[in-house]
Amino acid sequence: MVATRHRPPQTEFEASPSTAPLAFGASRSAASTRPALIDCDLHNELHGDVLALVPYLSDRWKRHLETFGVRSPAGGFFPRFMDHREDARPPSGRRAGSEVAFTRSQYLDPFRVAYGILIPLSPAASQQNHEFGAALATACNDWQVAEWLDPEPRLRASIVVPIEAPDLAVAEIRRRAGDPRFVQVQFTGRPQEPMGRRKYWPIYEACQEYGLKVISHAFGSYGQPITGAGWPSFYLEDHVGPAQAMQANIISLVTEGVFDRFPDLKVISVENGAGWLPSLMWRLDASWSLLREEVPHLQMAPSEYVRRHIWATSQPMEEPHQPHQFGEFIEHLGSLADHILFASDYPHWDADQPDEAFPVRLAPDLEHKIYYGNAAALYGLGETK
Amino acid sequence: MDLDGHSVGVFHVEGEYYALLNWCPHQGARLCEGRLWSGLESDVPGDYATRTDRAVIACIYHGWEFDLRTGRSVCEPERLRVRAYEVTVEPDHTSDQDGVTLGRPSRTNATARTFPVTVEHGNIVVDLRRTPVSGTVPNGPRNLSEGEIHHTHIPSEGSLQPGGTR
Amino acid sequence: MTSLSNTLRTETPLAAGNVTELIDGDVHNVIPDTHALFPYLSDHWREHITNTLFKGVPETSYPRWAPTTERPGSELPNWRQAGSDLSVVTRDVLDADGLSYAVLCCTYAIDSLHNPDAAIAMARAVNDWQISEWLDKDERLRATIVVPTQLPAEAAREIDRVGDHPGFVQVGMPVRSAVPYGSRLHAPLWEAISRKRLVGAIHFGGAPGTPPTPSGWPSYYLEEHVGMAQVFQTQVVSLVTEGIFDLHPDLRVVLLEAGVTWMGPFLWRFDKEWRNLRRLVPWVKRAPSAYVRDHIRLTIQPVDAPPSDIQLRQAIEQIGSDEMLVYSSDYPHRHASEPSRLLSVVTEAHAARIRSANARALWKLT
Repeated sequence: MVATRHRPPQTEFEASPSTAPLAFGASRSAASTRPALIDCDLHNELHGDVLALVPYLSDRWKRHLETFGVRSPAGGFFPRFMDHREDARPPSGRRAGSEVAFTRSQYLDPFRVAYGILIPLSPAASQQNHEFGAALATACNDWQVAEWLDPEPRLRASIVVPIEAPDLAVAEIRRRAGDPRFVQVQFTGRPQEPMGRRKYWPIYEACQEYGLKVISHAFGSYGQPITGAGWPSFYLEDHVGPAQAMQANIISLVTEGVFDRFPDLKVISVENGAGWLPSLMWRLDASWSLLREEVPHLQMAPSEYVRRHIWATSQPMEEPHQPHQFGEFIEHLGSLADHILFASDYPHWDADQPDEAFPVRLAPDLEHKIYYGNAAALYGLGETK
Repeated sequence: MDLDGHSVGVFHVEGEYYALLNWCPHQGARLCEGRLWSGLESDVPGDYATRTDRAVIACIYHGWEFDLRTGRSVCEPERLRVRAYEVTVEPDHTSDQDGVTLGRPSRTNATARTFPVTVEHGNIVVDLRRTPVSGTVPNGPRNLSEGEIHHTHIPSEGSLQPGGTR
Repeated sequence: MTSLSNTLRTETPLAAGNVTELIDGDVHNVIPDTHALFPYLSDHWREHITNTLFKGVPETSYPRWAPTTERPGSELPNWRQAGSDLSVVTRDVLDADGLSYAVLCCTYAIDSLHNPDAAIAMARAVNDWQISEWLDKDERLRATIVVPTQLPAEAAREIDRVGDHPGFVQVGMPVRSAVPYGSRLHAPLWEAISRKRLVGAIHFGGAPGTPPTPSGWPSYYLEEHVGMAQVFQTQVVSLVTEGIFDLHPDLRVVLLEAGVTWMGPFLWRFDKEWRNLRRLVPWVKRAPSAYVRDHIRLTIQPVDAPPSDIQLRQAIEQIGSDEMLVYSSDYPHRHASEPSRLLSVVTEAHAARIRSANARALWKLT
């Protein structure tokens, strides 16, 4: 007997031989015939919000958490439509993406993921109490080691730091720098100040010292609206917004001369799309050509800094109105096409099925670079397995 | 249920039966595992008119809505649809159960097949023991041609067929 | 810059023998000094300005001496601001370019005035000054109503007061705002614009007192100059998402000095998110790009062009409509390239639309 429910499963995926473990994606054959990939945006989720971190917190901060909870600058909530992908909830019923075993069986194995870069969306960076934020960050990184990196050798991770308290952030970076499985330091989508500002330079200095990349992942803030014109009304607007927010951060990083001060620094834009990169470079160069007197510290055209220092992940990839326009987009990127990294965003609602992540079929060499080569070169990971 | 090697989802909503190919034309997700929602229409901002007679399935991946009756995309009904099947309910004289027949209009009944069905506790129960089952889900859009946009693509031969209309 | 048309005639094949009409959709008229507004202010505000440190609003969107604020050749003697002298605008823009119309956009920063009574009084004065000193003096001129956008009901009142003057064709809204313009807080503003059959003109700059980026205040004017494009993107998202064009189906909005090449890829993303999330805004029945192509227009200076003409043409075609672009000089502001660059890469028919037909349709110029 096979039951087709009047109401489909609401909360958890019902595993059965014909559907598990390929709940994520419809095509087993495609995944098994194409080369392995590197996924640069894979989420390890904290079940029970931060309850997963309780075992890793000191008694002092456990009490704080139990008594006051997490407190971030409030305001800015929208009713959403989809939440986490419903089929990605582990059989335990816990939050999607919260158990390494299920991530492995539902995603890493069937989709031939050679390496996955973990990006936990913890509340550490947005805590109003910076000491508590630092404690949450340390606990989150310990949790990543114990429950993700140790059990699964294909995983790499982002160091969670309290970015708004750079001294505490640097201390956490130094604590993790000896573990090569931590490959980058994580910023929110919209830090309290534009990312190039002096406040954050100690973090970049430490990243350069240890060869760590810097990422800015969409969403997350210190309470600021997602637009330069205040709070929008609908989650749809909130979900377009990261593309604009990341552009502001790139403008700031370039204009402030961060890449002149830290010439080895590499910054990855995660989950912001990439279609805006060409016009941003054109506009940066156009405005700079007239206003360069204001920023005499810049040694070259702004677009050149972008080409050397900025990477971007694929999801959510823009879907052009005409198929040939995707080719134009790649041409407009020019050398920056070598900085586009495949990312699924598993297990969020807007995640891309790896074999369907681009609106057109990519040429084989480009496909290899985006799915593997570009990330392998950036992170120093092995060539195609 | 399986029809010609394709997974098809059958829905029983407000006393009506609907059937859609279990394959979202966007990224190939198993569409029918998404949630059922009322149709939602609006004439002015702030107005939310739910239409239970126009139920939609929202894909489990990105929430793309498809009309259960026609398979057409709510956003882009003219250019995007998932294959809809005609569903007829008829008494099964060999047992006490009713049968659900899936078929595609404008084609011979060669593709239609009747499944015994009962409704128990709000679930449609389809008995497949008496029908051969190949047990596969349709392959994703592996036959994409160079430069083709995914979301205009429908797998196998379904793209040019009119959807089932009830 | 003295004569754009000369540039066109010598540099673009389009302009060789069949030069068509030219309409300039973005010319800035600048208030030379607060005293110029005195004839249009009440006794109270004249006395207040005379006796206190309040001397009108400071200009922040266009730093006085920044290389982008005044192009070479536009400077006036005695430190007067470029764009503040009608006779010079007439000579260097209207006559030199052979314009049939120029649409003036005064960007006086009413939005920076938090005192509502001061904001209302200054806006009224600016509009009366525009009527007397500009519109009444040259019939080729059209102008932008300056309103306190931060007070939508008061803005509507001012639109109703002067909106029937045939010289006013649009209502100015600085792109930077404290709340996005689609918000229902702004409903009275859109109702008044629609009621008077005017165009909504969202222009570069603004001083709402809130930061221009989602990460707070940047350090350099260069950042604001570049980043203004993202604020325009935000406003487009807001207008479409909130159903402003569903509420006002005849409404047109022009983005002044917004840049052009970002529009195509921006629409790809906006459409994609709508396909995912339209259920949150069911009144948005068509793809956002369809609303944008029907209702939104862009002036072409600056264009933010790539070095390659082919790529520039591709970026223009990615917008997906030849009815959206409107010629502008953005006088007296200065940009990295001349508008002739864009006109030279599009088809002749498209260039003709950009030079005048799209402007005529937008502002109902007959």
